[in-house]
Amino acid sequence: MKTVLKHRLFWPIAALLTLIVINTIARPSFISITVQNGQLYGPLIDILRNSAPLMLVALGMTLVIATRGIDLSVGAIMAVSGAVALTFISGSSDPNGLPTVMIAIGLGVLVALVLGAWNGFLVAIVGVQPIIATLVLMLAGRGIALLITGGFITTINSEPYRFMAQGYQFGLPFAFYVSLAAIAVVALLERRTALGVLTEAVGINPEASRLAGVRSRGIIWGAYAASGLLAGLAGILYSSNIMAADANAAGLYIELDAILAVVLGGTSLMGGKFSIAGTVVGVFTIQTLKSTITFLGVPPAVSPLFLAIVVVIVVLVQSPRTREHLTRLGRSIRRSSAPKVEVAS
Amino acid sequence: MSTLTATDSRSSALQQSLTRFRHRHASWIPVFAALVILIVMLVGAQLYFGNFLTPRVLSALLLDNAYLLILAVGMTFVILTGGIDLSVGAVMAFTGMLGASLLSTGLPSAIAIPVMLLVGAAMGLAVGVLVLFFDVQPFIASLAAMFAARGLAFMVSLSSIKVEDPAILWLQSTRLQGAPGGFYLTPTGIIALTVVLVGALVLHYTRFGRTIYAIGGNEQSARLMGLPVVRTKLFVYVVSGLCAGLAGVVFTAYTGASYPLNGIGTELDTIAAVVIGGTLLTGGSGFVVGSMIGVFVYGTIKTVISFLGADQSWTRISIGALLLVFVVVQRLIVARSSRR
Repeated sequence: MKTVLKHRLFWPIAALLTLIVINTIARPSFISITVQNGQLYGPLIDILRNSAPLMLVALGMTLVIATRGIDLSVGAIMAVSGAVALTFISGSSDPNGLPTVMIAIGLGVLVALVLGAWNGFLVAIVGVQPIIATLVLMLAGRGIALLITGGFITTINSEPYRFMAQGYQFGLPFAFYVSLAAIAVVALLERRTALGVLTEAVGINPEASRLAGVRSRGIIWGAYAASGLLAGLAGILYSSNIMAADANAAGLYIELDAILAVVLGGTSLMGGKFSIAGTVVGVFTIQTLKSTITFLGVPPAVSPLFLAIVVVIVVLVQSPRTREHLTRLGRSIRRSSAPKVEVAS
Repeated sequence: MSTLTATDSRSSALQQSLTRFRHRHASWIPVFAALVILIVMLVGAQLYFGNFLTPRVLSALLLDNAYLLILAVGMTFVILTGGIDLSVGAVMAFTGMLGASLLSTGLPSAIAIPVMLLVGAAMGLAVGVLVLFFDVQPFIASLAAMFAARGLAFMVSLSSIKVEDPAILWLQSTRLQGAPGGFYLTPTGIIALTVVLVGALVLHYTRFGRTIYAIGGNEQSARLMGLPVVRTKLFVYVVSGLCAGLAGVVFTAYTGASYPLNGIGTELDTIAAVVIGGTLLTGGSGFVVGSMIGVFVYGTIKTVISFLGADQSWTRISIGALLLVFVVVQRLIVARSSRR
């Protein structure tokens, strides 16, 4: 029991399960999954489907935060990649052709990769603070997206593109497979190679790891590039879901949701240790919370208030001072038990 | 020969005094740079359009950006201590909504306005408590406050509330003429300029202000010197919240209504203005006057783009580009001085 409690995924998973249980009690249909034409439907499946863009962005954010950085530009990058892809499709002669859609997606993701690399260049080479380096693109990115779409909301009609976010494959939403693939790739790269350890080393102390022979600049650069790439893919999914490139609304506030998901998953914003599984759980928690808030009949606009309450609770629980108080409280309650040195995990 | 040495010594004397000036006023140099950019932009716009430097445009430059000016002063305080406050735009929206709804229930503005200011200060206090007593990063604490304030703004009302209170409307609609050349001011402009003045005076002539610079320079040293670090930082967030509340009053007067979506992205515009005005994001160096210039740079870009009839998306792109230039230059300055 102790080892379960001590596991760093315990609290994130507990939070997610609590939310699911509360939802199920409030409306038993929450966990029901129906099969229609061999495809699964239900609130839980919706959560899997709708969480895909946030999942991609949060994975990238995890890598960036692991290097002690932050990427505020992901929402703007989403807007740009969606704008690029949809502008290409709407300008092509064959919007329903698979090659057109493939090229459009490739272009959108490529532009996103370039933007991410630009962030990485500013942070790793020029040495600008991550908040500001990415703030530049956050400010300028939506402007660029608006220029690409000519200030309009570009809408398209393309079946293959629609499939990205709304299609089904093997009974599950295609978007879910996209996020699954992203999780697998990131997890394999970071946990089955030395890259993850090196990233943590850079996050804990960039200078020391550089002196120890770690190419910290390259790793930081790579993290921002990966974040840009994943955000680009998220932008494709978002625009595919609404079949429109809306430069103002695409990915609005997603950077904050992503940061929250990462923090919920137990990754510290101070850099260093990070948990991909934690981020995955964090994303599902946020998506479930959003679905709960909608179910409660709260106007979606008010939902930030609930997110804020969750953030405050999470950071308070994570805060060393609160832990100190709690430990002291716990000790005074079971004064008879032998004093034990707590080691912060 | 002698003339050569004379010019030599003269030029070296000039160089020396220049170097001395650079050393003594190193922290003012980014402000001068911002001022030069502002003047170049204003003069360039005048040459291009021919009717840019009119009293009407220049007065509007101040009055259209009065709320941003007030926010920038509060943000300067926070950034000088090395912190950041992302909540200001949302707090401005929330206090505006709260005030408008209080006024619509018939409450006099003499009560509603102080309530707005107090609520703003309370939001700032909450951020400060999270930062200082629970070691939450300022970025995250103010992010939570931003979420909370935005949600609360929508809780007050989902749609816009019209303000009909004469005292609030008076703030914007009164035009105080009398300056030579047809310049005019409104009470909101006077409020903004007063905030700048008070901010500058507090930073330079009070113990509180000097402590802020000391904390931004080196928090550890400030602590060891026995300066009240915790109290000062806490108060800095309260100042920022208070400014956000005041900006809520001014913005409500400016638009004559309150809308819960007001001020989205304003926190970033504010940070951009403060940084363009030469305040170092690492804290310890910067001036309220610089932030004022930064706001004017922002306002001028906006005005130029509307003069051009170009798409407003260019405002964002230009601000982003300008911010980039300034941050890179700052980075070079810091790298140079740390090598010394």
